[in-house]
Amino acid sequence: MRLPAVIAKRLGYALALLFAVLVLNFTLLYLAPGDAAETIAGEAGGASPEMLAKIRKDYGLDLPFLDQLYLYLLKVVQGDFGHSFYFDQPVTTVIFENLAPTLLLVVSSLLIAISFGTFLGVFAARRPNGLLSQIITVLALLGYALPVFWTGIMLIILLASVIPLFPTSGMDSGPLGAAGFGYVWEVLHHLALPVLTLSTIYLAFYSRLSRASMMDVLGADYIRTARAKGLNERVVVFKHALRNAVLPVVTFAGLQFGALFSGAVLVETVFSWPGLGTLAFDSILRRDTPTLLGILFFSALIVIVANLLTDLAYRLVDPRIKSAARA
Amino acid sequence: MSALLEVRGLSVEFDLKDGAVSRVIDGLNFELAAGRTLGIVGESGCGKSMTALAIMRLVPVPPGRIAEGAIRLAGENLLDASEARMREVRGNDVSMIFQEPMTSLNPVYTIGDQIGETVRLHQGLSRRDARDRAIEMLRAVSIPAPEKRVDEYPHQLSGGMRQRVMIAMALACRPQVLIADEPTTALDVTVQAQIFDLLKELQQQTEAAVILITHDMGAIAEMAQRVVVMYAGRKVEEAPVDEMLTNPKHPYTRGLIACVPHLEADPALERPPLMEIPGVVPSVAELGRGGCPFAPRCAEAMDRCPQDMPPETAVGEDHTAACWLYSATEAAA
Amino acid sequence: MTESTPAVPAEEPVVIEVERPWREVWRMFRANRAAVAGLVTLLLIVLVTVLGPFVYPVDPFAAAGPLLLPPGEQGFLLGTDQQGRDLVIGLLYGSQSTLTVGAAAAAITITIGILFGALAGYYRGWVEEVLMRITEFFQVLPPLLLAMVVVLLFSPSIYSISIAIGVVSWPATARLVRAEFLRLRELDFVKAERAIGARNARIIWTIILPNAAPPLIVSAALSVGIAILFEAGLAFLQLSDPNVMSWGYLISVNRPQILEAWWPVTFPGLAIFITVLSVSLIGDGLNDAFNPKLRQR
Repeated sequence: MRLPAVIAKRLGYALALLFAVLVLNFTLLYLAPGDAAETIAGEAGGASPEMLAKIRKDYGLDLPFLDQLYLYLLKVVQGDFGHSFYFDQPVTTVIFENLAPTLLLVVSSLLIAISFGTFLGVFAARRPNGLLSQIITVLALLGYALPVFWTGIMLIILLASVIPLFPTSGMDSGPLGAAGFGYVWEVLHHLALPVLTLSTIYLAFYSRLSRASMMDVLGADYIRTARAKGLNERVVVFKHALRNAVLPVVTFAGLQFGALFSGAVLVETVFSWPGLGTLAFDSILRRDTPTLLGILFFSALIVIVANLLTDLAYRLVDPRIKSAARA
Repeated sequence: MSALLEVRGLSVEFDLKDGAVSRVIDGLNFELAAGRTLGIVGESGCGKSMTALAIMRLVPVPPGRIAEGAIRLAGENLLDASEARMREVRGNDVSMIFQEPMTSLNPVYTIGDQIGETVRLHQGLSRRDARDRAIEMLRAVSIPAPEKRVDEYPHQLSGGMRQRVMIAMALACRPQVLIADEPTTALDVTVQAQIFDLLKELQQQTEAAVILITHDMGAIAEMAQRVVVMYAGRKVEEAPVDEMLTNPKHPYTRGLIACVPHLEADPALERPPLMEIPGVVPSVAELGRGGCPFAPRCAEAMDRCPQDMPPETAVGEDHTAACWLYSATEAAA
Repeated sequence: MTESTPAVPAEEPVVIEVERPWREVWRMFRANRAAVAGLVTLLLIVLVTVLGPFVYPVDPFAAAGPLLLPPGEQGFLLGTDQQGRDLVIGLLYGSQSTLTVGAAAAAITITIGILFGALAGYYRGWVEEVLMRITEFFQVLPPLLLAMVVVLLFSPSIYSISIAIGVVSWPATARLVRAEFLRLRELDFVKAERAIGARNARIIWTIILPNAAPPLIVSAALSVGIAILFEAGLAFLQLSDPNVMSWGYLISVNRPQILEAWWPVTFPGLAIFITVLSVSLIGDGLNDAFNPKLRQR
């Protein structure tokens, strides 16, 4: 299949997935015990009878399920994801304000985890029983077993009391902070700890993955061919092996984006990073259901886009893939 | 006739997991002149592929190592050469074609890149010239529409085509020695014949010396002038091809040759029991105990065979075998 | 993972795995010191969890002493938290929630995963298409967020939390089971069953599934660890059963005071870490015991 056709097909599939997310969202809301109107209103000032009546009318809550679903989808198509009664603003407005910090956190964590992880894995693969390999094994165990939010808190304790190098909460120094380039530096400074916390888990994962993958590839026949050509070891490893070894890493990067988002919710909450995760936490405290459902939808959207991009990236690296990168 | 490639007393050892050492090649001797083809035959695990890797100095170290011997290419001992010098030799003076064309090409680079890489490395050609050379080589190995194929990836080619690409890659720098390690084992029978014809034709053009490693006596008969039979890391017999086929001396060689007509007349039936005795490869780990490694499988084994290693003995004109059946002298021990 | 890599190592001698006695697996496992340490630790934790409430029959939410007492003072081994609760009691009772949810959620994960993976891998065709699309759909939703929504809407309880975690975690298991089924269904002993006319249900559950057991058992161990981390995460986000003490809950309520008091946050976190680590070591040990040839990895 040619690339445009592939993209068109993938986009169609992505839309179907998004539709399914919406149906799921609404079904959960419908199935939830208690008065749906009160659920939607959340803790918005005790929810006056007029407000509840308005919600019932807006959402058609006395209609049958399918009619309600239809009404809900109709609103979504018009860009209306509901109203956050806590903020008294459309959910989309609230979410868009928090989107960029989350993307910044998630994308930089993933990039750091992948690049450093691959780097470590490639070097470890050349000595399967060496020190680096053992460090990676231990790191992977820690990365799996440490609760990410607790690691974050421990870092805060350490850095707040022992070595105060980095700020421990927020994204900038507030209205008194710098502007322009100074502001970028400020944000990076605040970003350091959350990214460190979030990327460490995945760093271990990717170094283990790329180590295993690299060890596989280094045993491949075409690596022997490359050596038999008289290429030096650097070219053999970095030109012939690396590009093949990185394929599973790319696959997992796409698959794991959702999991990374989950970690981001916890890490943002710990560091009060003003993104969707902190917003989700606050929404739980305020019982702000429409906002939480909106976050679920938009994070699914981001995961879908990330998967599309991974698919394209995979195509760039592996010429064999002609239809789909999915196993 | 002076030897272009001369292998003397070559021994390769591997460290095993339990700390023991396995001698997978033991005191191997042979030589080869330009334009000639030497066949090396034996079952899998007999050390023939390791011999090829040793000549290229690509024995994986560790756990392996070339323990002793000399490999002289036009007088230069490759075992004394620096790693940098070896990189100049590989792919340039000595090239290799591997058994598995399906997996021996890198799946993520075009075949043009992979052929061109060799000439760019050894002859310093520009990217464009390397591409032209790649097309020229693809044409030389009879790949149709080489201008188009040069930009394709290995997965777009059939097995036979890929082996042609491997040959093109190996011959791109006009090497003095070409080592073909089971070049047709993974291919269909009709394709096998084509590949052998191609190899012969190219050999005539380039005057390269060829080492053909195979377990197929038929291929040897067609391609080689001389043949070395290996068993468990040792040379058990060496002779000109006609002599070997008509007058094999070593019981193992006789068994090998006995397979050929059987296969033609009555496929799969009546294989000599020799080929079915298990445990060949592990026996390599037991090497160095002194006896003839073939003794446990040999129908003609005598009392002394499991104890003493038979020396290489002349059994005819230009024909040697390592077997007590022909050894006049008693072992000193 | 890619189309041209053969997903099926064809000549894998699976029959040997069936016939390999479990005693052999146990022998391999026992030889792995880290795995045994994990097993012993986990058994200790289970023992303490079961016996704890009998030894200290108290309300874990009730204050037992002054607020934020450092460890070791006034007889409080691990100190007290910001509401004066004894942290020893908190940890003791908190493990109930952790272990219950961990086991229940993992059971749900494995059940759904086996169901989806087995049917998809065995029947292929449109069944596989539909089931794998559903699996992909669940992989698009960030698992923690979905669990948050479910728990919030259905109010937090041990049940809703277990179900939520199970429902968001199964896709990985389903993929694994499907891959195993795709591999096993092509093997001769399965084909033989089909040739003699065995019913599909029999082939799926009594022929193929037992052969897929080794990777499934390893994956089950990993699922328990992941479920425990999820439970802790949800509790940290204040989505825990209000009537059941939980380690994540302790971390959550004591977080505002971390700069004055490190202990009410540090100890529950260590407890989570040690529990998940033991489970993970057991999983690694099982993996090595099932695949001795892969040990050098």
